[in-house]
Amino acid sequence: MPKTLFDKIWDAHVVNHIPDGPDQLYIDRHYCHEVTSPQAFEGLRKRGLKIFRPERTFCSPDHNIPTIGQDKPISDPVSRHQVDTLRQNAADFGVTYFGIGHPKNGIIHVIGPENGLTLPGATIVCGDSHTSTHGAVGAVAFGIGTSEVEMVLASQCIIQNKPKTMRINVEGRLRPGVTAKDIALYIIARMSTGGATGYFVEYAGEAIRNLSMEERLTVCNLSIEMGARGGMIAPDETTFEYVKGKEYAPKGEEWDKAVAYWRTLPSDPGASFDREVTFQAEDIDPRITFGTNPGMGIGIDETVPTPPADDEQGRISFRKALEYMGFKSGEKLIGKKVDYVFLGSCTNGRIEDFRAFASVVKGRKKHPGVTAWLVPGSWNVDRQIREEGIDKILEEAGFELRQPGCSACLAMNDDKIPSGKLAISTSNRNFEGRQGPGARTILAGPLTAAAAAVTGEITDPRTV
Amino acid sequence: MKEKFSTITSTCVPLPMENVDTDQIIPARFLKATSREGFGDNLFRDWRYDKAGNPRPDFVLNNPAYSGCILVAGKNFGSGSSREHAAWAIHDYGFRVVISSFFADIHKQNELNCFVLPVTVSEEFLAELFASIAADNRTEVRVDLPSQTVTNLATGRTEKFDINPYKKQCLSEGLDDVEYLLSRRSDTEAWESSRK
Repeated sequence: MPKTLFDKIWDAHVVNHIPDGPDQLYIDRHYCHEVTSPQAFEGLRKRGLKIFRPERTFCSPDHNIPTIGQDKPISDPVSRHQVDTLRQNAADFGVTYFGIGHPKNGIIHVIGPENGLTLPGATIVCGDSHTSTHGAVGAVAFGIGTSEVEMVLASQCIIQNKPKTMRINVEGRLRPGVTAKDIALYIIARMSTGGATGYFVEYAGEAIRNLSMEERLTVCNLSIEMGARGGMIAPDETTFEYVKGKEYAPKGEEWDKAVAYWRTLPSDPGASFDREVTFQAEDIDPRITFGTNPGMGIGIDETVPTPPADDEQGRISFRKALEYMGFKSGEKLIGKKVDYVFLGSCTNGRIEDFRAFASVVKGRKKHPGVTAWLVPGSWNVDRQIREEGIDKILEEAGFELRQPGCSACLAMNDDKIPSGKLAISTSNRNFEGRQGPGARTILAGPLTAAAAAVTGEITDPRTV
Repeated sequence: MKEKFSTITSTCVPLPMENVDTDQIIPARFLKATSREGFGDNLFRDWRYDKAGNPRPDFVLNNPAYSGCILVAGKNFGSGSSREHAAWAIHDYGFRVVISSFFADIHKQNELNCFVLPVTVSEEFLAELFASIAADNRTEVRVDLPSQTVTNLATGRTEKFDINPYKKQCLSEGLDDVEYLLSRRSDTEAWESSRK
């Protein structure tokens, strides 16, 4: 019987099927950051347990860490304690830890792929909903809660209901000036913020196959923003070329064996999905959001929609969102004054995002009314930026680079957008208060963020 | 946090909004604790308190007319971040049941793992329950885990709700998944050897 990419990987990792219940699923790779892991390690201590397979867990603090002055102690004592706790837990339980300042430190979803820890065919979990990112290489990767982090530490397994499968095809070719972020924001707006809940999504079609690995990471990263448990893309030559030679990737004979297996993973012809949806790449413009969830998005030149007519709770939520954002139905957002620009996060903090941003601001100047925070996703990305001379282009245009971390994506460190200010952000969530209490967030791709940074207002990047 | 779950009859706290994300349930700046306790104080923090920390009188948790251990929310409750802190906050505040017509996956699992029962009802049941509560804040709901039924006692309307037998047993007997997985470690080792 023909099988999907998802089914092949999931089924290969089932240790036990609980009758009428969930599966006991084996986990190949487990990532930890400082926010969602302390209570799990504490749980192990209370139960008197060691980590069952410590070589499969990798830790990197990312959410709390400052993006300037990382050589100094973190000034917020509570943040400092949380990061110290991860370091201590990693030492006590014998797992790999890439601490602040370590050349491999960075956002966990950026460093996993770039070090070859994230591999095709693997099951990957992390106490973080954007774990879906890693599905871009053809892995089953999903976010979990802290109780589940404890399960993985204790047993290298997780109890999980097998989700339904959905294939989202994006056919045809993208138009110039449209990025992977725009594809994802388009899909999420069409599907709605909860439209893929209960499903694991495989992205397919010409426009997806033509994406680079970094663009695929961006698309899969945002799967959770339509409620999907995860997103994935079949491994192909683009994948193998990306993974080959990475530090933790298989080498020599092992590599050949691995690639031979990975080639068997793509969904078989005739494999059936519980749901299949198809979009056309040429319908996609640069996208922005207007509301307070990532599904509330429009093409950059479109007007803010009207509240849903037939759904009372939906109408309440929609009105609350517009009131929070200070926007009105029927108005265009192009030309609105922008206060902050944030380039970074596990969504758009990779080298290609910095290249894209630099391509727009090169030879121009940062608008004086804009505060711009440019935060590489990892120290490795920072090194690439400097090797390629992108730092010089940014500097000449009046921008400065900060140090790696999650930063203003969720503002757990000092990088908070002040109340009432409007930010164009390449991150993943525009929820109320996400970037700081009262902060107003518009999600966009790196080109749209760059256009706003030089014009000081919401601008179609194709017109700059 | 582990407790045995059977039948609960309670008044309700209504939150008739859709897509309530976990950033609203517990904002990121309150995730810095390294223990599981105390999150209830900051449940719905930015809807519940103004910038100066004063209660916002228009938010339901600050309205003494509404109380009880059942939270009733609009569809797609708990979307966004996987933070289990959201479920801890709901539990710590005193809720034992959340009723909605649709839950986000990760949050639903987190509630179950924290001994909060997510009860998925039909749109019609939910709309009627919101109406009952609006008409009478003392409206009670009975949630019966053994028979997997939820009843609006104001109207008598009853529905069956889904929960898989494994999780039902965990909640009924106060067991958690780690205990189950530890009991299956030899299976895991056998699986690892067969894979090589």
